[in-house]
Parts: sequence; structure tokens; C-alpha cells
Amino acid sequence: MREITYVQALNEALREELKRDESVFIAGEDVGLYGGNLGVTKGLFQEFGEKRVKDTPISEGAIVGLAAGAAATGLRPCVEIMYVDFMGLCLEQILNQTSKLRYMFGGKMKLPLVIRTQGGAGFSAAAHHSQSLEAFFTHIPGLKVVMPSTPYDAKGLLKSSIRDDNPVIFIEHKFLTDFRGPVPDDDYTLPLGEAEIKREGKNVTIITWSYMVHVALEAAERLAGEGIEAEVIDVRTLKPLDEETVVGSVEKTGKAVILHEACRTSGFGAEVSALIADKAFDYLDGPVKRVTAPDTPVPFSPVLERAFMPKPEDVIRACQEIM
Amino acid sequence: MTAQIERDKYLDMYRTMVRIRGFESNVERLFAEGKIPGFVHLYIGEEAIATGVCAALREDDYITSTHRGHGHCVAKGGRLGEMFAEIYGKRTGYCKGKGGSMHIAAVEKGILGANGIVGGGLTLANGAAFSARYRGTDQVVACFFGDGATNNATFHEGVNLAALWNLPVIFVCENNQYGMSVPQKHHQKIVDVSVRAQAYGIPGVTIDGNDVIKVYETAMEAISRARRGDGPTLMECKTYRHKGHFQGDPDVYRDKEEVRKWITERDPIRRFREFLLRSKISSENDLETIDREVEGEISEAIRFAEESPLPAPEEALEDVYA
Ligand SMILES: Cc1ncc(C[n+]2csc(CCOP(=O)(O)OP(=O)(O)O)c2C)c(N)n1
Repeated sequence: MREITYVQALNEALREELKRDESVFIAGEDVGLYGGNLGVTKGLFQEFGEKRVKDTPISEGAIVGLAAGAAATGLRPCVEIMYVDFMGLCLEQILNQTSKLRYMFGGKMKLPLVIRTQGGAGFSAAAHHSQSLEAFFTHIPGLKVVMPSTPYDAKGLLKSSIRDDNPVIFIEHKFLTDFRGPVPDDDYTLPLGEAEIKREGKNVTIITWSYMVHVALEAAERLAGEGIEAEVIDVRTLKPLDEETVVGSVEKTGKAVILHEACRTSGFGAEVSALIADKAFDYLDGPVKRVTAPDTPVPFSPVLERAFMPKPEDVIRACQEIM
Repeated sequence: MTAQIERDKYLDMYRTMVRIRGFESNVERLFAEGKIPGFVHLYIGEEAIATGVCAALREDDYITSTHRGHGHCVAKGGRLGEMFAEIYGKRTGYCKGKGGSMHIAAVEKGILGANGIVGGGLTLANGAAFSARYRGTDQVVACFFGDGATNNATFHEGVNLAALWNLPVIFVCENNQYGMSVPQKHHQKIVDVSVRAQAYGIPGVTIDGNDVIKVYETAMEAISRARRGDGPTLMECKTYRHKGHFQGDPDVYRDKEEVRKWITERDPIRRFREFLLRSKISSENDLETIDREVEGEISEAIRFAEESPLPAPEEALEDVYA
């Protein structure tokens, strides 16, 4: 199978969906001629014109408000908020409008919209351009939260998100921009709410998502050298969460390590941990471990940033502790 | 102003502009050499604005800045060594390596921080101005932002409140005619941002932002107005950035002829230099001395940054709570 980058895969998903469905449109800052901050919308303006691919002012509230109104009246907006860090500026529109209108109106309205954004650290972009805020959005009823780790998943999940009838927060990882992987030529989608076992193992389960999947896989590789076989689960969508796959794996291994790049307190790892305590308690033969970033803003200097981000060694240590 | 005071002021302003240009050219070079992590947005071409406005401020006044903040910081008296060190991610930097280019702050100099969020400074400026009034001082705040920022809610919310409460803020729009890749005419229907002042009931003026004396004089007026308690002014300075939006920007969205014109015919430093010589305020010799002195300062500052220690990894955990 041909290999393309994460960004190319996202770009293909957008192109195919724009082609498939006239009601899909794209809007955001610099998504037009420029092709998006990381190049995800490259070429789409040229191909589909300014009716379908729209540069907006730097006005995050206006972008998401536009998406909500358009979705409520029959379109399928797929808008871009350049960095997840800027979501605070359109929180009103996310928190009180897109996520709640359907419920408040007694189910008489659909809000099929996607808010694409980029999260994560790794480029010395410091505390205003590097956060991992997924837990935040999982806490808002009415939203779905998707975080792909590979080009294959990115394409299939973005297409499903666009076709979904609910507001989806789709968080890409900027550190995966140039990450390559196999992606089929033909049209395919991946269901939201389905995790994938990225590596099979029988001794411990590592549950993770987004860029950290790759950190977990490296840790698993090294653990295998010591005779510890780790199973790596990429949840892919945090909401809805594929509880079955997570619980099933922990039942098999008896041990769980949850890995995420977001800060620890109230991170989504706490949610997964609670799920395991609830549904797989009897199978556990050790405490559930969380490997996360510390509770600090993301620092700028590369040494500090490296210290901030979880590393394979941290995952290995956590696994060893409960062996 | 007496002739001597005016001469000194003008030479100071010249020095500041040359400092900013020198600082930024070196940031450009060092970034290209891979010594600076992250990303940087250069202020080259816009020096007259920070310089003219800050020359009209008092030492104890405040500024809020933008993602393109090095020039504001230099003009308000930021020390070049600490600035370079911050951009390098060193412990001796203004923010101990935790802020970087887009988040340099020096509160003791009244610099309330560069800001990674477009429009992020507008409401902060109001807070500082409110606090100044609350404490009974006559400090003012100069709030810098771009043409792009004036479409954001924070602009409208910020200017409205400042107008309503007569806050001592000077809203300085640096209209370099682009919000990243999008030209002004594609991001707003108005030509002059200053007309928006009308909607909030405050004075709005549009001036040539590449004419440092014009900027200085306009700022003086707005600042005395604010200090008197007569409230904010929206001051729009038309300008142009010589470089791409950030370092590494392929800059495919600007017409090459347009760029060339601004750089060769309207460069704010060259224009001021020619004015100083033509009006005999200064000699070629004086200006060259300033150029040389600034060059020395900058090499010294870079040496300081390069020789400074990196932070220890565990410092990542510090400064979260007071
Ligand atoms: C709220 C927010 N939206 C978008 C960005 C990304 N961004 C950074 S600078 C910039 C352009 C800003 O244009 P303008 O305000 O005119 O300032 P200039 O860069 O021209 O000085 C953009 C889109 C950001 N940092 N913050």
C-alpha cells in the first residue's frame, strides 16, 4: 500500500468529503490560498473555490458561531481552529451553542459540524501553542472527541466525523505532521467509538491516544526485550470511548498503565482509570498507573519541554513497577 | 521643546530604531543557524511605531504587546541580554526560558508581556489601566495590536469597556496590512481601522506609521489625553513588515513589487536618518557612532545569552503557584 503523511491523509479526507457532499464546506484562518497553518487544506481552495473553502478573520468565536448556525440550517461545516489553545476564544460557541442546541430544542435539530484543531507539544511553541486539552471537551455533553495517531486513522476518522450528525472536536497532533503510513487509495471510513489494539501483548495493557501511541509502542518494544509483553491500545476516540476493548484487554493482562501527554489532574486518564476500577477490578493484580505530563503549563526551552512530555522510559518504569 | 532636548530625543529614537532592527536581524540570522527554538515573528519595517509610542511614554507607564513583540520590548527599555537569553530558552532570560519569543515580559519595565493570542493584550491593557486609576496614579497603558486583531472579539470588547470607563489606554493598531497571509481587504470591509473608534465614542486617527516623528507626536497627544482622564484613543499606524509573517514563512501571498516598494522607498529608519541629516539635527558621523555602539551592545547581549546556562529540567515544575 502507498504511504502518505498524516497531513496528506487529512487533506485527502477533506477533498473526498468536499467532493462527495455539496453541503460540506471548510472555514478557518488561513485555510484558503495559504492552505492552512500546517498545510491540511492545501490545494482545496484552488480546487473547490471560495464558496467551499473560506478564509475567515482571526475571530475564533465567529468561526465556531458560523459553523453552528450553518449546521443547524442544513450544512456540514468542517472548520479549523489553528491550535487547540485558542479554543478559549470560542468556548462560548462550543460550550453553550453547538453542544447544547439539539438537547435544548428537544432533539429537533442536528448539528453536524467538525471543529478541526491541532494540539500537543514538541516544537518549543510554549504554553500558548502546545496544550493537550482533550479532557476538557470530553466533559461537555453533546460533543464527540477524536484524536488520531496515524495517517490511516486520521483519514478514516475525519471522514466519519464529517459524516456524523453531531459536533465533533477533532484534535490532530502537530508532532505527527510529517509522520508517514500506509493509506489505501479507495474510500473508507472508521467508526467513531472503536479503539484499536496497535500491538498485542499479554502482561500489561497500555492505554493511550494521539502522539503518545508512538511513545507507548517504543516502550513496548523495549519491554519485550526484558520479556514483558505489553498490549498497546489506541482508543482513537475519547468520546465515545470503546470501553469494551479497554476492559477486555485488562481482563486479559491484569495490569493497566494509562499514558497521555496532557497534564495529570483531571486528565482523561483519570476517566479511564475509573472505568477499569469499575469494570475490571476483579481482574486487576496491581494498581492502575498513570503516566502523564506534570501539572504545569508547557514550557518553552527544549530541555524543559522534554522534561514535560512523557517519554518511553516513564512508561517502562510504570510497567516495571506493577510487574 | 528646546532644540537640545529635541535633538536628544530624536537621537534616542534613532538609537531605538537601530536597536530594534539590529536585534531582529540577528534573531533572523540566529534562527536560520538553528540556535533559536520555536518560532519568531520579526518586527523589521515597523520600528517607527514602537519607537515613537514608547518615546512618548513615561518610564512607569505600561505596554501590552503581541506575538511580534521584540520591538515593543526593546523600545520600552527591555534589556537586550535578557531578551536574547529568553529567546534562546536560557535560565537568565526574562521568563527563565518558559516564555520564549512570543511571551517576553518585564513587569519592572512596565512590559506586561508579548502574547501568543492575537488580541490577547486588549483586555489586559484595560486591567492595567483600571488598576492605575484605582491606585490613584496617572500612569497610562499603550496597547499594541495588528490589523488582524481588530476583528477579534477582544478588540471590540476591550475598546468598548475602555471607552465607557474612560480608561487611560492608547490603542495602537499596527496596520501592516496583513493578518498572516490574508490582506486587509479580505479580512475587513473598512480601509481605515480608526473609523471603528466612532462606534465606541472615542477619537480615532490614522497616520503614517513609518514616520517616527508623526507617531511620536500623535502618541504624545493621545497620552496626555489619557493622563488627563479623558479616556482612550484609537491610533492606527499604517506600516508594512519587510519579512514574512514568521521566520520560514514562504510569503507567497504578497506581491513582490509591493514588498520591494515598501522596503526601498518607505523604510522607516532610512527615512528618519535622511530627515536627521537634512535638517542638520545630526551629522553622518553621529549616526554612524550610534550604529556602531548598538552593534556592540547586540554582540554583547548575544554573548550573554550564549554563555548563559540552560535551565535544569526540574525547573519545569517551578513557578506554577506563588
Ligand atoms: C487568537 C489567535 N488566533 C490566531 C492566531 C495565529 N496567528 C498568530 S499571528 C496571526 C496574524 C496576526 O495578524 P495581525 O493582528 O495583523 O498582526 P501582525 O502579525 O500583522 O503583526 C495569526 C493568524 C493566534 N496566535 N491567536
